[in-house]
Amino acid sequence: MSTILETRGLRYEYGSGLPSEVAALDGVDIRIEEGEFVGLIGHTGSGKSTLIQHFNGLLAPTSGQVLFRGQDIHEKGYRLRELRFRVGLVFQYPEYQLFEETVEKDISFGPRNMGLSEDEIRERVRMAASYVGLTEDVMDKSPFDLSGGQKRRVAIAGVLAMKPEVLILDEPTAGLDPEGASQILREIRAFREESGTTVILVSHNMEDVARTADRLIVMNHAKVALEGTPEQVFGTPERLESLGLDVPQVTKIFWLLKQRGVDVETSVYTVKYAKNLILKMIGGGASC
Amino acid sequence: MLKDITLGQYIPGKSVIHRLDPRLKLVLTIAYIAVLFAAKGPASYALVFGSLVLLIALSDIGLRFVFRSIRPLLFIILFTAVLNMFYVPGEAVWSWWIFTITKEGIRTAIYMALRIAMLISGTFVLLNYTTQPIMLTDGIEQLLGPLKKIHVPVHELAMMMTIALRFIPTLIEETDKIMSAQKARGADFETGNIVRRAKALVPILVPLFVSAFRRADDLAVAMECRCYRGSEGRTRLHTLKLQKIDYLTIGAAALLCTGIVLLGIYV
Repeated sequence: MSTILETRGLRYEYGSGLPSEVAALDGVDIRIEEGEFVGLIGHTGSGKSTLIQHFNGLLAPTSGQVLFRGQDIHEKGYRLRELRFRVGLVFQYPEYQLFEETVEKDISFGPRNMGLSEDEIRERVRMAASYVGLTEDVMDKSPFDLSGGQKRRVAIAGVLAMKPEVLILDEPTAGLDPEGASQILREIRAFREESGTTVILVSHNMEDVARTADRLIVMNHAKVALEGTPEQVFGTPERLESLGLDVPQVTKIFWLLKQRGVDVETSVYTVKYAKNLILKMIGGGASC
Repeated sequence: MLKDITLGQYIPGKSVIHRLDPRLKLVLTIAYIAVLFAAKGPASYALVFGSLVLLIALSDIGLRFVFRSIRPLLFIILFTAVLNMFYVPGEAVWSWWIFTITKEGIRTAIYMALRIAMLISGTFVLLNYTTQPIMLTDGIEQLLGPLKKIHVPVHELAMMMTIALRFIPTLIEETDKIMSAQKARGADFETGNIVRRAKALVPILVPLFVSAFRRADDLAVAMECRCYRGSEGRTRLHTLKLQKIDYLTIGAAALLCTGIVLLGIYV
């Protein structure tokens, strides 16, 4: 594996030089490896959204560096516009950026900006639409006539169609019902498995990231507070709670069991694994 | 980037000028503009300048902001001044080819420049810097109150102004967000000829309009839920009432205005 994205001593200030100066990012060092599925978590205002806008060069750091495949993206002559095709960023509530007359046209906005041929564009739009489960009959509809969940899918497909090497999603499930949310997560997972794309998922929903990410990065007060596998991060619930975050509900249950004197491990974060553990404990495992 | 535009230029403070009744400030502004144009000759100009200095001193606004208000218009001020120098007929002091500068021209130019500079800085200090936009619309509504008798929808107009002011920062933030999102999809706003650049705005304007209408709808529903039905039978939380300081200001302003006009006529 090689490092695809890296930040070194990243610092970003809002209102530099004014008395109201606030550091949104302060000394952030992060490495994202190729093909990883990283969950970026932290409560509101912890700097998550500011951080991801540095990954594709929308924001320029006050000091520090952002490197894409080892190259400083703010070096003179670096083509930031091309970087944005390679690091695809899906903003929070992306459906508010839809503007075209038809779904198909909207999804092809990105690929068209890349200067691809019409055939290639059509192919990519079809691919992206199928990843997010958009059927052929909605492609000619106006995006404004679709339901909230469908609109969100169109917006995500608009970024997928650029075939980015890194896909960053900012709270892709915000404001959706649980069924719609888990469906979108399933689609993102499937896309990642088939394409091998590096994915960074920003969320404050612990259940979401617990189920999907290989590695977690926890942000707090403009800094990286915790980093590690879900087992490691969710294994320290007090620490997470002190950061204003929650652990997945199953983890909480195992933590409470432990406190009552039951001998269980506490780094449980998926329901599936929890089920196996409980079955093993009460029934001796194999006999069930 | 867009956030740097200072639309609400209100500078919070507790000075005498900040605390004046907005209605009074509006009337004072009109009076100030009127006497500024009535002023004639060095003595009355000096008195106008003196009142302006007094106003700035009382308002606690730094000189930096006063100059900032004039800066965008500096070019226009200089331009009109220079034009006046050449066009006013009178005793020539310098002449070359068809250009002649007259003594009267120089004098008019100086007065003109001073007049515009004082006009801008005075109204900025009195209205923009020391009055909250909401207070201002409140003041306008009550000043225009009598027009209700001839069926001018004064309250509705004031409410529209208030809402428009309230949503300017929101819409700027929204524009910023949409621009970032489209840039992330490779939109290019900076290169190409005018036609291309105008076309590049479509991906910003369409979502912006959609969200503005959505917000307007939401706001209308929220207002109706709170039983808003226009001005009919509506009372206010903060009733404007002239205080002692307002009466003192009226007295001082009346004296200054009379002084300026009289100096203009007799000196």
